[in-house]
Amino acid sequence: MTTATANAVTAKAGWRTRLADNERLLWPLMLAPAILYIVLLVGFPFLLSLFYSVSDVTVGSRSMNFVGLENFHRVVASNTFWIALKNTLIFTIVSQFFVLVFANILAMALSADFRGKWLVRLLILLPWVAPISLGAIGWLWIYDSIYSVINWTGQALRILGPNDWPIWLGQPNLAMASIIVVQIWRIVPLATVILLAGLTSIPQDIHDAAAVDGAGFWRRTLQITFPLLLPITLVAVLFGIVFTFTDMIVVFLLTRGGPYDQTQVLATWAFFTGIQGGDLAGGAAVSLFLFPVLVAVAIVFLLLARRSEVT
Amino acid sequence: MATVEARHISKHFDEVRAVDGIDLLAREGEFLVLLGPSGCGKTTLMRLIAGLEQPTAGDIVIDGRVVTDLPPRARNVAMVFQSYALYPHLTVAKNISFPLRAVGMQRDAIRKKVEWAARMFGIERFLDRKPRQLSGGERQRVALARAVVREPVVFLLDEPLSNLDAKLRNSARDELKQFQRDLATTTIYVTHDQAEAMGLGDRIAVLNQGKVIQIGTPQEIYGKPMDTFVATFIGSPPMNLVEEGASYFGFRPEAFLPREVGNSDDSVGFPFRVTRVEYLGADRLVYGVLEGRTAEAHVISKMPNNIRAEIVAGERYDFVVRRREIHRFDRNSGRHIDGSGR
Repeated sequence: MTTATANAVTAKAGWRTRLADNERLLWPLMLAPAILYIVLLVGFPFLLSLFYSVSDVTVGSRSMNFVGLENFHRVVASNTFWIALKNTLIFTIVSQFFVLVFANILAMALSADFRGKWLVRLLILLPWVAPISLGAIGWLWIYDSIYSVINWTGQALRILGPNDWPIWLGQPNLAMASIIVVQIWRIVPLATVILLAGLTSIPQDIHDAAAVDGAGFWRRTLQITFPLLLPITLVAVLFGIVFTFTDMIVVFLLTRGGPYDQTQVLATWAFFTGIQGGDLAGGAAVSLFLFPVLVAVAIVFLLLARRSEVT
Repeated sequence: MATVEARHISKHFDEVRAVDGIDLLAREGEFLVLLGPSGCGKTTLMRLIAGLEQPTAGDIVIDGRVVTDLPPRARNVAMVFQSYALYPHLTVAKNISFPLRAVGMQRDAIRKKVEWAARMFGIERFLDRKPRQLSGGERQRVALARAVVREPVVFLLDEPLSNLDAKLRNSARDELKQFQRDLATTTIYVTHDQAEAMGLGDRIAVLNQGKVIQIGTPQEIYGKPMDTFVATFIGSPPMNLVEEGASYFGFRPEAFLPREVGNSDDSVGFPFRVTRVEYLGADRLVYGVLEGRTAEAHVISKMPNNIRAEIVAGERYDFVVRRREIHRFDRNSGRHIDGSGR
């Protein structure tokens, strides 16, 4: 046996094999695109806005001076900031609450077997995959002050009286409700898909065991399904909050923050101040108010998710 | 304690007849094993009894009551799953007490019952742990404790030992049999492992392709197989089958021995050319061909190690089988045709 070993030839791999197995070379190569993407499209703008927020830069001037925290003082002193902050919170919390309720119901319905399930799944996913601007234009018509489908239908069915004609995007409370409805419509598909993935990851045996152990629908749902779904639910909520908190598209397209800033959120206000108003420094300062809140939300949820992690 | 009866029960999944018109009765306090190859319908039959599947036709009767239309929770059966299906987010104590909380039992009574069940399976130390902190054997005990705790009328066990390693499986088998005897609860046990079936079952029902082929005590199943399927499914190595005209004749490997050790008045002799000898510790397996036959007849002899006769591959030997150890089967239907096998 020893002689056989002594005669053995060292196997040499071709350069292709050597490259494909060289992890020290491969991992930076594979990670590079992602890191480049984050640095260029996230890191750089973020640092730029940090820089802007302590300067007096505007769209029209080429000078830039350090002004300390003056921009932040200005923002906090403004009445609109507090309205926008309040609106952002209402917008986010209310919409995410309903997203959670609807997504849970939908995910459970879709995890059951029935004919034409793929069609229903497709329809539910549509709001998420269709460009939001297209969807928002549809909603603009639905909420239109003259042609509103809701109002015409309501009157035809005599739910609305002959003189009731709500201006959906024009009356402060209705405008807020309207943009919340659109945001729910937009986020529900994503949350549904996430929860659906969570539901399918629970082994059928566990549901069966609970059924045999004497649990009815509600006990199974509340004591088995929901707790097991909690980590992934937190992920869905985290996504929803981040998307809603930082999003300006729905508000921008439907109400532009109106009437009288009653639907203004921090994201739209930052845009109006910085880009349309030309006050880049002020806009940067407003948008930075979003940051600590989101970091806090992310940390809290990731901690919760880790604690409730189950195998 | 109760009887469990399947009355001409069928379950079809589209074109597949998973369970195809089965009639079966588990007697009071009996340990009935459903044995068959994978895909034979044994697990589906158990799920039908539990109420986790709705039959295409037929009825399930538990304790004289037709329960076909009742949901699982109303049948008072307990089930142990192959994966154990413990609730991963609940402690062992909460897992065991889950069925009791589901029926709204008082907190004090629940505590006593959980302690009783935990003591029975020696898992008192683990009550505050989560399932993922337990070993496979400990999880299996928790699953059993959860099944036992509300004293159901029937236990349904779906391959509960298959996830344990070989050594643990033997001791777990022993304990399982012991506790079933103590509680005297009717038990239906699904397995594809014949050693488990033989060791545990009061009676065994052998299933194939959605039908019960034979039901009987382990001795009956082994000694008087109804057809070639049962004959070759039970026994390791399986029964030797040799073609002869319009029938097969069969004999167990351990009944096929050299003439100098196996000879008696009713012996039938066969010239046997050995092709290979396998040494298995306690036994020797001798592979070879029966000579002087039209079709090549490959057979195996299983010789315990106290038979010292020297057997060498490539040589011819004179082997014998006692006449009463020979079974005859119809070649077309596979059915047993001798008087001995019913």
